[in-house]
Amino acid sequence: MMRLSLPVLTPLAVLGLATMLTWVERRLLGLWQDRYGPNRVGPGGVFQAVADGVKLLFKQDWVPPFADRGVFVLAPAIGMMTVLLSFAVIPFTAMGGIAGGMNVGLLFILAMMGLGVYAVVLAGWASNSKYALLGGMRAAAQMISYEVFMGVSLLGVVMAAGSFSLRDIVAAQGRVWFVIPQCLGFCVFMLAGIAETHRLPFDLPEGENELGAGFHTEYSGLKFGMFFIAEYAGIILVSALVTTLYLGGGLGPVLPAAVWFTLKTCGMVMFFILLRAALPRPRYDQLMALGWKILLPLSLLNVMATGTIMMLRATTP
Amino acid sequence: MLDTLRTLFLTFRHAFYRRATVQYPEQQPYLPPRYRGRIILSRDPDGAERCVACNLCAVACPVDCISLQKVEADGRWYPQYFRINFSRCIFCGFCEEACPTYAIQLTPDFEMSEYSRPNLVYEKEDLLISGTGKYPDYSFYHVSGIPIPGKDRGASERERPPVDIHSLLP
Repeated sequence: MMRLSLPVLTPLAVLGLATMLTWVERRLLGLWQDRYGPNRVGPGGVFQAVADGVKLLFKQDWVPPFADRGVFVLAPAIGMMTVLLSFAVIPFTAMGGIAGGMNVGLLFILAMMGLGVYAVVLAGWASNSKYALLGGMRAAAQMISYEVFMGVSLLGVVMAAGSFSLRDIVAAQGRVWFVIPQCLGFCVFMLAGIAETHRLPFDLPEGENELGAGFHTEYSGLKFGMFFIAEYAGIILVSALVTTLYLGGGLGPVLPAAVWFTLKTCGMVMFFILLRAALPRPRYDQLMALGWKILLPLSLLNVMATGTIMMLRATTP
Repeated sequence: MLDTLRTLFLTFRHAFYRRATVQYPEQQPYLPPRYRGRIILSRDPDGAERCVACNLCAVACPVDCISLQKVEADGRWYPQYFRINFSRCIFCGFCEEACPTYAIQLTPDFEMSEYSRPNLVYEKEDLLISGTGKYPDYSFYHVSGIPIPGKDRGASERERPPVDIHSLLP
């Protein structure tokens, strides 16, 4: 029963959580900006997400006549699919996720994130309009370059755990969470994760003040909703990844693993929202310079340091 | 880097600040008495209309939202109709400043939304209130020198009787 229900329930739960996250984010932004945020629909405004969903559902689902229709429809589906597939290997509990202890889980997630670039690029391309194309190109450059050090920064964790399987990585953190020995990698991975989900402050692909809405300028109705939900699911995914890789996953005293995992992930999600509330958006060239000139050397340094320490440990008895 | 962390911390601290929002329909904001909201026409302490249809408000109005027509009865001027189009009004208060009789006044009330525009055109009966508004004791015809039935020339408050030009006696 458990084996059957998990693959069905997880995507539904992720979609539901991502929808709720739109409300959570707005309430939290309100909290940090000394206001309330949406608090009218239902107790505390919890049904705001439902109201927004209904609104999106009844909007005209418009495909511009100048757009490349097939690709235009495909793009949001790709965005959604890659994020949801990534959740298959996240070990929510000690038993592991849907795909169980897939031995290349981390590689699978990196591959899915790589595919996620197609969603924004194809959306920008198929929209056949200037702002959308500019947004799509920016997204492509940003996501591809940040993927490089995302991968490199994760190498430290993989080396320390000796496995690509997320379950093994969690198990390897029994003594000390990787956030302490791998703190450099942790910082780089956080920044790369934000850039990868193109969230504020790195939301240049959709920077409203210069690009309209970026790659999803021409999208409306549920297709826009899919981009939106995919973005929020992406936040949950990156938070869950950080939890798994650096914060010890479900490890923790007293409480069951699933609760610890949820708590840590929620904390990370809130941190993501805090970043949005606090930080301004950098210029595009600053973003790229930060990536290639600072984060890439840092992540390489991290790999080198980890390797050196491991080698010294292995040689000295 | 440190600046960024400091910004994060300072923003996080705002979670414990008091919120600036006034939850409007349940919680009413304080509006001072001189707030410039819905326009009314007041009456003098005797209960008569203060407006003398001088048209100064209509002239002062930058968006031409006031229209009125003068009629005369018993030596007094009245507006035959007095119409304010609130869909045009910008609540600048110039009409109140222009009014020589304190008749037209702005009040601290802004809840005048309507579903259709014609409903925002207020006629004289909508504008007239039964009280004196912000100036309780003021009565134009009792301080001005204009004779009206029951008050001759020179009988106003703080007004000397008119000089008899046929007499040389002081």
